[in-house]
Amino acid sequence: MRPSVMKHFFSLLHHELRALLIAPSTYAAGVLFLVLMGWIYWKILLQYSLEPQEGLPASMFFQLFWLPVFFVVPLLTMKSVAEERRTGTLETLMTTPVTALEVIASKFFAAYLFYCFLWLLTLGFPWLVSLSLDSPATGSHLMDRGALLGGYSFVAVSGLLFIAVGIFSSSLTRSQFVAAMLSFCILFIIIIGMRELQEESLAWFPWLGEILNIVQVFKHLEDFSLGVIDTRPFFFYICNSAMVLGLAVLIVEAKT
Amino acid sequence: MDGSSIEVRNLTKRYHHVTAVDDVSFKVAHGEVVGFLGPNGAGKSTTIRILCGLIPATSGIARIGGLSVATRIEEVKRLIGYMPENNPLPEDMRVLEYLRYRARLKEIPTKRLKTRLEEVLDLCDLNQKIRNKVIGTLSKGYRQRIGIADAILAEPKVIIMDEPTIGLDPHQIIAIRDLIESFRGKMAVIISSHMLAEVELSCDRVIIINQGRIVASGTAESLRKEFINKYTYKATLKGGLENLGQLLRDIDPNMTWSPMGKPDKNGFINITLSTPQREDLSEQIMAWFQRQPDMSLRSFNRVESSLEDIFLSATRRSWKEVLPSTKSRDNNTNQESS
Repeated sequence: MRPSVMKHFFSLLHHELRALLIAPSTYAAGVLFLVLMGWIYWKILLQYSLEPQEGLPASMFFQLFWLPVFFVVPLLTMKSVAEERRTGTLETLMTTPVTALEVIASKFFAAYLFYCFLWLLTLGFPWLVSLSLDSPATGSHLMDRGALLGGYSFVAVSGLLFIAVGIFSSSLTRSQFVAAMLSFCILFIIIIGMRELQEESLAWFPWLGEILNIVQVFKHLEDFSLGVIDTRPFFFYICNSAMVLGLAVLIVEAKT
Repeated sequence: MDGSSIEVRNLTKRYHHVTAVDDVSFKVAHGEVVGFLGPNGAGKSTTIRILCGLIPATSGIARIGGLSVATRIEEVKRLIGYMPENNPLPEDMRVLEYLRYRARLKEIPTKRLKTRLEEVLDLCDLNQKIRNKVIGTLSKGYRQRIGIADAILAEPKVIIMDEPTIGLDPHQIIAIRDLIESFRGKMAVIISSHMLAEVELSCDRVIIINQGRIVASGTAESLRKEFINKYTYKATLKGGLENLGQLLRDIDPNMTWSPMGKPDKNGFINITLSTPQREDLSEQIMAWFQRQPDMSLRSFNRVESSLEDIFLSATRRSWKEVLPSTKSRDNNTNQESS
């Protein structure tokens, strides 16, 4: 009898979601995220009230997506594998009929669902502001469906890679702190480092700049915000997430 | 396949230049309780981790229920109940919640889940009050019971427990011992432990491992015969000690005696008699004491060698075997380098 590949996935996912909901770091991440994003949104609205701006508030809001990513992703994922390895529960888990793939997939999806949930909560900002405004035109401006859909689609797709990086970092070490630092560094390289490299290389090696433009996270955000649904970013994020998670599976199998 | 639940043949595990397990072979039959003894770093945990499929062996064969651990690990995992050293448990879960989660992972059918959980909780004496408590708030004894409950949950053919009684008080040790006793005849059990007295009481057979190699294997009785070459008797007596040595030689020329402490206020003193003769000489010695007019005997008994003596003797012997070969290797290296 050949066991099915993801037989225990939902049991593990249920357990992981429960673990996330009772972990203090989850609430720390949630509160920090909402406070920061709320403050950013307020600042954006303040700018709009002082002088006319180009573009929509939602587009400007998503331009700063990287700020929360740098701390929310490490906080949500640092505990996942590192803590289980430190306490030894990973060892007992791996002696049951579950596979490393199921373990990593459940941890990834639990963190990813929570990440998406946190971002969805920010939908409350424009909604609450538009409710309190008398002008329906401004309200619809704030709740512009295209900009919001583009922004949230980008967050959902890019989040796959960011959360995968966090899980991968956590699988490398026993220390939550090291895992958090590692995921911060990798995310910094992917988001900011790539942009700097691309800008620098355009001056020296234009061909390299063109190639790096394809993997530029800010370029993807721009496309999504403009409503350009290109398959390349989807391919980029899904393939790289799968690759990073695959590495995490190999690490768990080798280092239990 | 000869009906053994666990079969290990020529198992070796090397980490770079260090050999953690060196050509280890043993078998454990269904229903047998086997103690796995060895000093720290002897290779016990490595062997256990290979059996559980957590790490691969460098060479050799490990089979559980006739299935190779290396090639059919998914099926082997369904036959094993494992309780690791220190018994790691999630601190923030409730007992019942944790065991239900583990039961689902171990593929216990939903229909059977509730009944099986009740059976296991009763067997491990985890009462209603404890079941709903958060694991982090429980004592070490209860935590060990949860670990054992988890290990037996899926009614595995093989149970492997790494130091199940470590850190427990005597009452808790007795409770765990009774629990292990209840598994006898139902499943193959391997208990890795440092607590020699515990292993002697709970296990049918003992395997002693040192420096990655099995240095002794058998029942406590057979190991006594193999490793103990000095048999001891204890006596408490008064008077006639000056001629004791000479007279004891009438019974056994190799018998020696030594006093233990000083005489008490009534003049009685404890002495030990040692002889290499395996045969029980108790009756002859007692008859001899009674024949002595100036001697008064208060107590007398033959002292059984403890597993501790066997363990020390077996590991000492393995050190002696290893040291000359290490020395000769070192000499060769020195000659080569010079």
